[in-house]
Amino acid sequence: MPTKVIQKFGISYLQVLDEDGKVDEKLEPKLSKEQLLKLYRVMLLARRTDERMLKLQRQGRLGTLPVCVGQEATTAASALALEDDDWMVTAYRELAGRLMRGEKPLNPMLVYAGFEEGNVVEDNKRILPVAIILGSQVPHAVGIAYAEKLKGTKNAVLTFYGDGASSQGDIHEAMNFAAVWKAPVVFLNQNNHWAISTPLKKQMANETLAQRSISYGIPGIQVDGNDALAVYKVTREALDRARKGEGPSLIEANTYRMLMHTTADDPKKYRSQEEVEEWVKRDPIIRFKLYLEKKGLWNDKKNGKLEEELKAEIEDAVQQFESYTDFALDKPFETTFGSSVTPLVKQHQEFLADLQKDENNA
Amino acid sequence: MPKLTMVQAINLALHQEMERDSSVLILGEDVGVNGGVFRATDGLLDKYGPERAIDTPLAEAAIIGTAIGMAINGLKPVAEAQFSGFSYLMIPQLEGNGGRMRTRTRGQHTVPLVLRMPYGGGVRALEHHSESKETFYAHTTGVKTVIPSTPATAYGLLLGAIRDPDPVVFMEPKHSYRAFKEEINDSGEAMELGKARIVTEGSDITVIAWGAMLHKTQKIVEEMSEQKRASIELIDLQTIYPMDADAITKSVTKTGRCVVVQEAQKSLGPASEIIAIINDEALMYLEAPVKRVTGYDVVMPYFSRENHYLPSAGRIRRAIEETLEF
Repeated sequence: MPTKVIQKFGISYLQVLDEDGKVDEKLEPKLSKEQLLKLYRVMLLARRTDERMLKLQRQGRLGTLPVCVGQEATTAASALALEDDDWMVTAYRELAGRLMRGEKPLNPMLVYAGFEEGNVVEDNKRILPVAIILGSQVPHAVGIAYAEKLKGTKNAVLTFYGDGASSQGDIHEAMNFAAVWKAPVVFLNQNNHWAISTPLKKQMANETLAQRSISYGIPGIQVDGNDALAVYKVTREALDRARKGEGPSLIEANTYRMLMHTTADDPKKYRSQEEVEEWVKRDPIIRFKLYLEKKGLWNDKKNGKLEEELKAEIEDAVQQFESYTDFALDKPFETTFGSSVTPLVKQHQEFLADLQKDENNA
Repeated sequence: MPKLTMVQAINLALHQEMERDSSVLILGEDVGVNGGVFRATDGLLDKYGPERAIDTPLAEAAIIGTAIGMAINGLKPVAEAQFSGFSYLMIPQLEGNGGRMRTRTRGQHTVPLVLRMPYGGGVRALEHHSESKETFYAHTTGVKTVIPSTPATAYGLLLGAIRDPDPVVFMEPKHSYRAFKEEINDSGEAMELGKARIVTEGSDITVIAWGAMLHKTQKIVEEMSEQKRASIELIDLQTIYPMDADAITKSVTKTGRCVVVQEAQKSLGPASEIIAIINDEALMYLEAPVKRVTGYDVVMPYFSRENHYLPSAGRIRRAIEETLEF
């Protein structure tokens, strides 16, 4: 008996704003002037913070850190689509999105200066700290979403991971759970094309990452990740579905890691400068600035003023983290458990006594 | 004899063993084109090609799971976990299958693989890049756990691990990767696993360490010896499991005093086992209680506080002095 096709699938791609700043008005999302300007401000703040942190790292004033340059539209525009009570669960290349959700430049500076205190976001409890173990955060996002559903809220969860992490079992298992539970979660797969030295073609044999959605029975789409308007639009739609009880969605944002994986990495060892230059032409911030200018919302004078403002904000953060004094060396003894445990009581005393002896001998 | 760092010594051992034995291959994240994030596998792709120097997709469980399958089917995979902090997804495969296959099949199927991983603190890295969790692997039954402390022993022990008939977890103290160079006998001779190494002989006290703590302790031992303050026997444990009880017993029986230096958190670590061995075999020879200098049972802090959570030189020195004076 001949085989017959019993299911057919397709994956769509969305771009709203092209590389020259030309917008498809039929698809343009309805964003207020304030929202548009906030989006631009946050993307530029992330870019300048990254650049400043990179310099600080090279001067030995910060430790190893990941850099997010080139991926600002994907994370800032998707975070803009969230409501106040929604959750955000990220990996470590979402600086712009995190700044959109209440972090200040001081947060990453403290984290990359080696202080857990940078993980505390004063203005927003509904954001988890950066996750270093790839993909490990995505099941948490599904659990958080399940809890929102159980509580009967309309809140949703936006979670991020990369093309490298997409190979981890955690991601697949979490996506299946979310689909079965119809959990209100949006999976945003930042495809920046490189997992340290491993290019996408060695990461998977699929044509797109978005088509992974098909195997879990959830909607999936690929979007131009350097197009802030398209990212906002698809994320907003996915969050709306989640809120309505229609379950999770997968978004693949097609973007690019313009710089190194972390400051400990040398991309010249594995990729060509020509490839990087092709992507520099698609810079998400330049494109969005052109769009604002064409809409009459932006000009060079305003831009110059904003750059000054951001510079002051970032330098203020540098001052703060370098003069950071809230530094109890024995803090880990207080935070490892929520109640007193016998071995740690004794070890804490020994720690303090040894610290004193070491200082006396120094 | 070349003078090499530990990373170069590991690289040399891999090059020589892949040349000598065509069933040896490497696999892991960024081990090929990039030569490993620490360059431990540099040049292997160029020399042996992508079929024997495999840049895998990013999935630790699958790296070790497929390595187990390769080992069952006649290959000798040397898998890499990029950092030990990312290796915990590998434990289910090692505990559930890697260490059991020989027993389960009464020897019909065996798993001669090596899992390499950089571990340990003190390099100003991000979260999950500072821990010493050798106890996880030491408790994985059917798996051996080896920790070299110098370039020469890294070379010899890695060759020993690759030629071993069972799974070996090979934990590399990344703080020592480029800390110093050493002359290496590069003749391709493997060191035996399960044996401790006497670094300096002495008669007053035994000091036992491994990994990055060995080098740190050695400096203190040398300083105290130069000052003629004591005759110290320094032992490099080298294999965490199976532990060399004979070497520990022999030394402590002679000296009657012992200090153990362990980077890992205090409770239930290798130091506890060393003290239990002394209790079993040499208790009546002791002149003083055995002291241990260790990390703490806390979540390892980010790097601004990290150095205070590793055994300090002062703590090691004081423990030796107090044990001598007891």
